[in-house]
Order: sequence, then C-alpha cells, then structure tokens
Amino acid sequence: MLLALLCLAAPVHAATAAGAGAADMPWWFWPMALFVTCFLMGIVAVPAGIGGGTLFVPIVSGFFPFHLDFVRGAGLLVALASALAAAPMLLRSGLANLRLALPLALLASASSIGGALLGLALPVAAVQTALGLTVLAIVTLMAVSRKSEFPHVATPDRLAAALALNGVFIDGATGRRIDWQVHHTPVGLVIFLGIGVLAGMFGIGAGWANVPALNLLMGAPLKVSAGTSGLVLSLVDSAAAWVYVNRGAVLPMIAVPSVIGMMLGAKIGARLLNVLKGSVIRRMVITVLLFAGVRALLKGTGVWA
Amino acid sequence: MRPFEPGATGAEPRDSATASATPPTTPQPAEQLRYARWLDWGSRIGLLALVLVFLAYGLGLSDPHVPHDRLPEVWNLPVSDFLRATGLPTGWGWLAHAHRGDIANLIGIALLTGSSLLALLALLPLYAQRGDRAYVGMVAAQIAVLLLAASGVLTLGH
Repeated sequence: MLLALLCLAAPVHAATAAGAGAADMPWWFWPMALFVTCFLMGIVAVPAGIGGGTLFVPIVSGFFPFHLDFVRGAGLLVALASALAAAPMLLRSGLANLRLALPLALLASASSIGGALLGLALPVAAVQTALGLTVLAIVTLMAVSRKSEFPHVATPDRLAAALALNGVFIDGATGRRIDWQVHHTPVGLVIFLGIGVLAGMFGIGAGWANVPALNLLMGAPLKVSAGTSGLVLSLVDSAAAWVYVNRGAVLPMIAVPSVIGMMLGAKIGARLLNVLKGSVIRRMVITVLLFAGVRALLKGTGVWA
Repeated sequence: MRPFEPGATGAEPRDSATASATPPTTPQPAEQLRYARWLDWGSRIGLLALVLVFLAYGLGLSDPHVPHDRLPEVWNLPVSDFLRATGLPTGWGWLAHAHRGDIANLIGIALLTGSSLLALLALLPLYAQRGDRAYVGMVAAQIAVLLLAASGVLTLGH
C-alpha cells in the first residue's frame, strides 16, 4: 500500500520536476491523482494510528504542483472532515470527552487563528522549511514515544477537580468499566496553545501532538486521549479553516477530491484494521513521513526545489 | 458550580440506526449526547452538500468562474497572486457569486466548517440549566472564537 503511495508520488513528482511536463498534463490529471493518493493515505492512516491530515500536507506539498497556501487550506479541511466524521460515535461511547475537550479546544482554536494568519503572512520558503522541521519532529515523536493504556492518576489537580475533568467508558477489548481523571491541567493548557499555532500554520491535523499531551502528560487513558484529540481537532481546524476560506486559500478542485478520497480510504482502512499489521504499517508511514519531511526541508531551503 | 457526575444518564434520544451500530457503552452526560447529535447531522449535511455541488462542478454541469483548463496556470501561485489573476473575492464576497460552479463549493465547505458552531449553540441551554457557569462561559467563548474566525474581520486588509 505504502509502495503504491510512493509509486504514485514518483511520476507525479517527475512530471512536476520536468516543468513543461506538469503544464502538459490535462487539468483533470492532478485532481484524479490527488484523489487516488488521498484514498491510499486514508487507508494507511487508520492502522498507522495517525490522522490523514498529518500525511496530507507534507506529501501533497512535496510532490504535487499546487502552491503550499492551497495545500494547507485543503489539509485543514481533510483533517476537519475526518474529525467530524468520527466525533459523534466517539462522544456517544465515551471515548471522546466533551468536558475535557472544551477548555483545551478553546485555547488551541484561538491560537490556531494566529497560526493560520502567521502561516499566510510568512514567505513560503520559511513555512516550507518550518514544515519540514515539524514533520521530522513528528517522525521522531512517532518513533520514540511510548504510550500508556491506562495511566494512573492518584489525584486530579485543582483545576481538573474544579472543572470535573473525569469520565467513564467501557473498554471494548476487556469489557471493563474504566473510570478516569486527569492531572497537570495548567501545563496541558499551555501545550495546547502551542499545538493550535502549529495546526493553523501548517494545516496539519495535530493528533500526533494531542494524544501524547492528553495521555502521557495529563494521564487520560489512551483511547480517551485519541477520541478527545479528534474532538479538539474538529474545533481547532474549524477556526483555522475559516481563516483560509476568508483569504481565498481554499481551492475546491484541490480540497474536495482530497476530503472525499481520504474519507473513503479511511472507511476501508477501518475495515482492514484487524487484517493489516498496525506496527508494520506504522513503520512504513514513519518512513514515508521521513522522506516527505526531508523533501519539505530541502524544498524550503532551495536545495531540492 | 454543581459537580459533574461521571456516567450520569443522558436525556438525549438516539436514533435507532446509530444505537444499533455502536458497541455497548456507559450512559454519557446529556450535553455530550446532544453535542454528538447536532455535530452528526451538521457534518452529514455539510458533506452531502460538498459532494453534490462538487459533482455538478467537476462534471461541468455548472459554469465555473475559473474554467477547468485554466486551473493548472493558477493553482501553483501564492494565494494573493491567485486572487489577482482570477478576480475571485475574499471574505464572504463569494456569496454573491455562489451561482458559479467552483464558488458554489464553498457552500458545502462553510456548512462543514460551521457544523461545530451549531452544536455548541445547542449546548448552552443545558449547561445553563445545570448552573455550570464555567462551562457556559467556556462554550460562549468558543462560539465567539469561531464567529470571529468566520467573520473575516481578521483577514481584512491582507
């Protein structure tokens, strides 16, 4: 699957590099290639445990002829549509917690507006370089970060207690009822402020940062962290996406095939969850992201334009 | 502020299709279920509009502002140059041109992007009834942030 993704990206990149080749392609080639690429990304994103938006911006900005402004606008919509599609079911099952998400999302969505404005104001080379560095940081985080299924939180901090940041869900794997609470809330709020800036500036979903912050720092169970992260993303990306829409940086011919391809792929990916080996897919996705991150960095610095 | 009760039974009804599709769960707070229901319907309507309008646009059933075959000349430009080359409006100016196939896609995008706003508005009365002033304030602030972003005020003059 990942091989298919790379095989698709290679001729796309070759056509772009050829310069005249890209212009000679019929207009419909690029939306079609984008749809197929996003479909494949959607399939691998679910078993790899990352949001499609994290893959979308580095890969599409690196290998397609679209300007980074439009890729980021489309990336936000891809991440938003995926988060919106999953959030209702997660909320009903208790795997996403509205009470926990709201304070985090409030700060992150406010800062994401600043991030979006900053991203659209900065020179494209600077944003591309920063994107490359961020993607390489994501790769490192994905490769080295540990996870804690049910972190032990002896007592909630004062803010968490005052806001009653706790909940309950039934763990599908064991059938056990899990009661949980969180701690380190003030630090978590500051971190989400920074996550919002990154999400708005680069148009990438920020699940890669949300989940470790919720799970390892605040002590929410892993499944609740993943579910609540999606809910936070749905609010953060909504705020940032409006900035891109109002600036004219959402081009339907790029955004809509991406959203549809990614959502269809994610449905297949969810069905293949038990068939595909998650750890293998994850390693391959890390490799592709590493390649895309280096490509973004070299493109931003002008080494590999 | 009244303390939150983990596992408090929600009062929001669920449609039978969704109920049968989900695994066994503990009852969740009423506001969480209400938010889920509004978000579900809002995003479904947004996605449906997005797909239908795009099909009409992609298949050439509606006249676009920027012809399909001109797109490769402009989609590699920075957004400011793109707007200059195409004459497309910024902010909510697109509403006046929503009969154009490409611009009409922004209807679905706006519905999708605005679906959280409606769900948040539906939460306010529930938190107010519970006397949960902290969350009334937080939801109101979140609505204000989204309205500020959607208004286009922040992107004026760019």
